[in-house]
Amino acid sequence: MASINYLNEPKGIKSWLLTLDHKRIGLLYLFGIMTAFFLGGVFAMLLRLELLSPGKDFFDADTYNQLFTLHGAVMIFLFIIPSIPAILGNFVLPLMIGAKDVAFPRLNLASWYIYVFGSLVALYSIITGAADTGWTFYTPYSTQTGTSVIAMTLGAFILGFSSIFTGLNFIVTIHKLRAPGMTWFNMPLFVWALYATAIIQVLATPVLGITLLLLIIERVAGIGIFDPAMGGDPVLFQHFFWFYSHPAVYIMILPGMGIISELIATFAHKRIFGYKAIAFSSLGIAFAGFLVWGHHMFVSGQSELAAMIFSFLTFFVGIPSGIKVFNWVATLYKGSISFEAPMLYALSFLILFTIGGLTGIFLGALSVDVHLHDTYFVVAHFHYVMMGGTVMAFLGGLHYWWPKMWGRMYNRLWARISVALIFVGFNMTFFTQFILGAKGMPRRYYNYLDQYQPLHGFSSVGSWVMAVGFVIMAVYLIHAIFRGRPAGSNPWGALTLEWTTPSPPLHENFPQTPKLTHGPYDYDTVTAPMT
Amino acid sequence: MDTTSSLFLPPAGSTIAPEVDALFNFILYTGVILFLIVTLATLWFIIRYRRRARTGTTSGIAHSTPLEIAWTAIPTVLILIVFFWGFKTYIKMNIVPKDALEIKVTGQRWFWTFDYPEGASSTNELVIPVGKPVKLLLSSKDVIHSFFVPDFRVKMDAVPNRYTITWFEATRAGEFNLFCTEYCGKGHSEMIGKVKAVSEREYADWLEAGSRAGEGVPLEEYGVKLYVKKACNTCHTVDGSASVAPTFKGLFGHEVFLTNGTRVPVDENYIRESILNPQAKIVTGFQPVMPTYQGLVKDRELDALIAYIKSLQQ
Amino acid sequence: MSHTAEHSSFLAHHFSDAEQQRESAKLGMWIFLLTEILLFGGLFVAYAIYRAWNPDMFHNAHYQLDLRLGTINTIVLITSSLTMALAIRSMQLGNKKGTIRNLILTLALASVFLIIKYFEYSHKIHLGQLPGKFYTFTGIEGNNPHVFFSVYFLMTGLHGIHVTAGMGVIGWILYRTARNHFSTQYYTPIEMTGLYWHLVDLIWIFLFPLFYLIG
Repeated sequence: MASINYLNEPKGIKSWLLTLDHKRIGLLYLFGIMTAFFLGGVFAMLLRLELLSPGKDFFDADTYNQLFTLHGAVMIFLFIIPSIPAILGNFVLPLMIGAKDVAFPRLNLASWYIYVFGSLVALYSIITGAADTGWTFYTPYSTQTGTSVIAMTLGAFILGFSSIFTGLNFIVTIHKLRAPGMTWFNMPLFVWALYATAIIQVLATPVLGITLLLLIIERVAGIGIFDPAMGGDPVLFQHFFWFYSHPAVYIMILPGMGIISELIATFAHKRIFGYKAIAFSSLGIAFAGFLVWGHHMFVSGQSELAAMIFSFLTFFVGIPSGIKVFNWVATLYKGSISFEAPMLYALSFLILFTIGGLTGIFLGALSVDVHLHDTYFVVAHFHYVMMGGTVMAFLGGLHYWWPKMWGRMYNRLWARISVALIFVGFNMTFFTQFILGAKGMPRRYYNYLDQYQPLHGFSSVGSWVMAVGFVIMAVYLIHAIFRGRPAGSNPWGALTLEWTTPSPPLHENFPQTPKLTHGPYDYDTVTAPMT
Repeated sequence: MDTTSSLFLPPAGSTIAPEVDALFNFILYTGVILFLIVTLATLWFIIRYRRRARTGTTSGIAHSTPLEIAWTAIPTVLILIVFFWGFKTYIKMNIVPKDALEIKVTGQRWFWTFDYPEGASSTNELVIPVGKPVKLLLSSKDVIHSFFVPDFRVKMDAVPNRYTITWFEATRAGEFNLFCTEYCGKGHSEMIGKVKAVSEREYADWLEAGSRAGEGVPLEEYGVKLYVKKACNTCHTVDGSASVAPTFKGLFGHEVFLTNGTRVPVDENYIRESILNPQAKIVTGFQPVMPTYQGLVKDRELDALIAYIKSLQQ
Repeated sequence: MSHTAEHSSFLAHHFSDAEQQRESAKLGMWIFLLTEILLFGGLFVAYAIYRAWNPDMFHNAHYQLDLRLGTINTIVLITSSLTMALAIRSMQLGNKKGTIRNLILTLALASVFLIIKYFEYSHKIHLGQLPGKFYTFTGIEGNNPHVFFSVYFLMTGLHGIHVTAGMGVIGWILYRTARNHFSTQYYTPIEMTGLYWHLVDLIWIFLFPLFYLIG
């Protein structure tokens, strides 16, 4: 890399650890979050290994319970919540709206340090006897168990601040730092999605903070808020927890939906269908997501009236998601579709997210949920939405912007092989779990009845196929950073602003403040040369 | 089996199950159709409109009011159907028939206790008459558990310090799996019981026999039955492998090391104390998680269990 | 910031003008205050639920709080909001001395608040009117009176932490004022601190009737 860019100037480890450049902070997050993803993945592989056959294969029940708690907590709090906003959002948001940086660069760096600190506190629990509560920390189990619940919840509490500050930064950046001519409806849809996400991060995360704080104080001092023996209510914890954690699933999926809009428009080379419908459905989901938490508690003994209201509202979160899917499919119509790796991820997303969304209808229907609640059906459903949805979108985005981040292209053939392996392995692993769950297999079971063995075995084999796909990906992506063919400023011929700067970009993003000459998806009037 | 036992669902065993299954299948078939529409449209477009030339502009279609109205309105109608259908059955699941037989269900780590109106009680095996509604009054002694019988499509949390209610009516005789579906710790996946649906006559006989259980049976033989019936087997093995708790094999007559640093011989009194007051003496390497059986075992049952453990000496 | 040579000394490089920077800071601060309200919101919900379950116990327990000290503290905190506002006003008029005087007054009033709170707390600790399993007091009728004190200590404690944090920030602003960092053109940090301080005050104005004046 001959020219001066944000990667090579200034130099030195200190310039990275004290950087205020949003692109470098994005890469710092990339490093931290991918480490968490790797750890969470290892935990998942160990779980599937143990579940290969009934009874004890490798670990005892305590270790298994700690592993699924670690898998859940690490994947949710350390990986998936920050993944898209903190890595890709940080990197491209200012570039996409023509800004030099986010509104509060020092707060942005502080968020990363808080992330690292919170992660270390959470992982410290492994040394002190990892928590065995499940990532949901339900009371009174979580206040009674002898494992290290405090370290894990304190870690999640600290991570919450990182998430809040990132969201706050993005809202202000989007409101105040758009380049001249970048009106709200000239913004790329990924920016809209990050905006909707940031609103939930800011509004919901403090409630999780106070909930975890109450749990910690309950454990330390026995204040009797959640302890039934002291006049407290353990079900209140569930209300508090899901008041955050249901909106949190939209923190996870909304930015993924934003990426899919970018990928489909770019690789179909086509004006996006229903721009405003997609933009507003993000806000609609963000809003409605706050009103459905009770659907996690249909068999907890809550009143029928509450169950009815929560079920009714739950279905209405489904509608905007459905509208988005139809809009993406319609965008493909009369496009000029290429099958680069990011597009293959987007197409995988379409299929897997559709399955994930439709299986959500089963769980929203009150009577059917009674049967499926806390079975593998739920496990399969949220892996289809979270992994088939968010992770596919994240990987698509990572492959899409990788040449922009590093100025180098990865091996496109290996990228296609890897996405195919992940797609096949994913379906092997998780589709079987829909059947397991409907047949009654409860979740969080260390041991299981013999009748479930064939499906469990198949699921475990699927996880190995997926793992091979991920190993290949790690190899070619890292190889690309050092040895990849140099990528031009706009390898995909996209029309959004980040592709008008060199790859990798300059320190302050643009040589001068960019002037908008066209909208983000004007593929009917403008053609950007692929460079 | 009827048509509702599909690739997905286990065979139906209660009056409510066919209703649940009907909705499940409605969502399944509608979902498959919607999935095929999305997937086939995607497939058709990506083949038909695959990129041939490198550059050029494309169509600017970005709206179609009729299409957008259709794909908003049709799903809305479908989900309204699903909502009302699900709600209707859910209400049925929550309104207990007046003549229901009431059984008290208590969850604790890691077994279920059932108390019947006639004063009988059982552990981990719920015996019920076929064709009669059964009301369950659930609660928990420690953490939250959840009572789940897949074949009956019934599930309800058991929460400490409050009662929850559910009911079902079995439609055929047989043994059905009973799972705990709310994570409750080390023995969660071992907290598996049975629901035994029998004819009304057999049910009456069973209640009758319950009060005379173990009479005329040698203590040791009776102990073998109680080992399963009282859910000892959830945590204590008899093959020498350590599980949640010490194995019974070769336990009697040996000395065990306790967490307080002392050691005691395993004799009749030690076993009796460990059953009635399990927290008093904890063997090193194990957690103090066993619940007390005070009030749950009779003297003769204690004798039988001690006799059984004795028999496992070699 | 080092690379701001071409702008005035306080303008960060990624903003195009002072107005944009000020507007951004303001919006950011309001969003932050929103998160604070939601943080306390969880505790207000807990308060509402436990009071709805035990209305008599809450009523009986609130007599144990010292209404006189609570009222004094309310007046002290409202006055400190006034002095905080005056500190901002002074800087708008270019009166650096006035700002310093008012910030010191605010700090002093905040200290008075905490000292009074200290005496209230130590009296309760002495009587055993404590949260959860530490509760040893016997003079309150009703179910689980320790829950009242759990909620009381949680909410006033979290508020007290906010007062303490606010004092730290005011001290830092005071230092920067003395070092001539602010002027009639640039006083955003003082203004933002003021917003935060008013929120802390506002939360107390809700806590006071909820605990001291239960009807």
